[in-house]
Amino acid sequence: MGLVHREDTAVFDAVVTLLDQFKREEAIITRETDISEDLRLDSLAVMDLMMELEDKFDVSIPLNLVAEIRTVGDLAEAVRRH
Amino acid sequence: MGLFDRFDGLAKLHAMATTGGEDPFAVRMDRVLSPTEAVINGRQTILIGTHNYLGLTFDPACIEASQKAVAAFGTGTTGSRIANGSYAGHRGLEKTLAAFFGRKHCMVFSTGYQANLGILSTVAGPQDHLLIDADSHASIYDACKLGSATVVRFRHNDPADLDRRLQKLSGEPGNRVIVAEGLYSMLGDTAPLREFVEVKKKHGAYIVLDEAHSVGTMGENGRGLAEAEGLEADVDFVVGTFSKSFGAVGGFCVSDMEGFEVLRIASRPYMFTASLPPSIMASVTEAVHQVQARPELRRQLWQNVDRLYGGLQKAGFILGPEKAPVVAITLRDQETAIRFWNGLLANGVYCALVLPPATPNGLSLCRLSLCAAHTAAQIKRVVEVATGVANEIGAFDAVPAKRAAAG
Ligand SMILES: Cc1ncc(COP(=O)(O)O)c(C=O)c1O
Repeated sequence: MGLVHREDTAVFDAVVTLLDQFKREEAIITRETDISEDLRLDSLAVMDLMMELEDKFDVSIPLNLVAEIRTVGDLAEAVRRH
Repeated sequence: MGLFDRFDGLAKLHAMATTGGEDPFAVRMDRVLSPTEAVINGRQTILIGTHNYLGLTFDPACIEASQKAVAAFGTGTTGSRIANGSYAGHRGLEKTLAAFFGRKHCMVFSTGYQANLGILSTVAGPQDHLLIDADSHASIYDACKLGSATVVRFRHNDPADLDRRLQKLSGEPGNRVIVAEGLYSMLGDTAPLREFVEVKKKHGAYIVLDEAHSVGTMGENGRGLAEAEGLEADVDFVVGTFSKSFGAVGGFCVSDMEGFEVLRIASRPYMFTASLPPSIMASVTEAVHQVQARPELRRQLWQNVDRLYGGLQKAGFILGPEKAPVVAITLRDQETAIRFWNGLLANGVYCALVLPPATPNGLSLCRLSLCAAHTAAQIKRVVEVATGVANEIGAFDAVPAKRAAAG
């Protein structure tokens, strides 16, 4: 398992842990889980979640990216890249 | 897949909001009797959900000015100012506002919403950074989408968080523009402007302050939070609206910034829409005079704030953190908020029901906005009705569930 992969898994796990507090719908979360469709998070909740992730990983994710984030995998990738 | 399938969730929310009987998003006023009363469903109803803070919608001087203007200049301008010409009233109103705020420049927009779009999308370009408060009004979020700047969201009213996020940008090119509101209309809290200004100076940033709810209501002369805090010189742009204290429709921006006037040929939400009609410019120009000439309106408003906030607090309601012209009651959950709102309307009190995602931290709110023209008897009645309805539906029974981690 390469470094990038391990890092990615750590980010993904953290995202899942945080999502548990935000989600409105019970679901097993995978990378393909759709944040608004499957977890029923509204746009504001997604932004609040991003803010938590920014602080947790000490990164800055521009709001401009929110429109492109659809799945939990997208979200983890956004955190990892910034 | 149908065109509107992706709104299924929204449609469900709407269906839920109507379960209490009335559709909270489609209340109809058949007659408006005064700034504080209308006939709804055949019943005389106290209006305490509009943003008619100073009660100027029926001000005789404003109405007269408006009537004269419509007779002299017609019903509409039928075009935009850059393509179809400005009227005397546009420049007159801009000069009146610039003088009122003691600023060099003023631009008037067709709505407050467009004022935010027009200013925020142009003051920050592709290389620049917009730093917006997390609880910003939808028009500020939409302005970010219209513009090309990188957008960073900071925690609501949190100067330390703003500082941290600006720090993270150090080394990156471009200007930094901070966006905050004077008075937040959801919970009635005000921005920690002094601390924001310190952070702004530390990072060499600019600040745009949206005083939509604070113009007319705050400051010795009604110039808003910046005036109240003695910080007008440190605020680079003030954005505001005519749809609240000024009792009409439209928006504006005032500034002392060198080169500001170029925005008239750069700002698309200014250029590519029809300008305000003569009647509106006339009534707003007069409303600005009224705000200046009658400080007692502000005194009456704040007396009413004291009465309502005090009354509701004593009754046991959960209110916003500060006494303000917006008094927000937090209900336990959406269902309770919907039932409470319906109970109020059925008893002749119309306030605003605000549900997530329009609210911060997933709160379910009934929002009451005061008017200088509310009488003590009306406010007493509102407190009685609210208390009665809350008891009837068990709204006092449990504390509201806040969405985890979000606040
Ligand atoms: C903070 C804030 N900014 C801008 C606006 C938009 O103003 P308008 O409704 O006049 O377009 C509003 C209100 O709607 C607001 O509350």
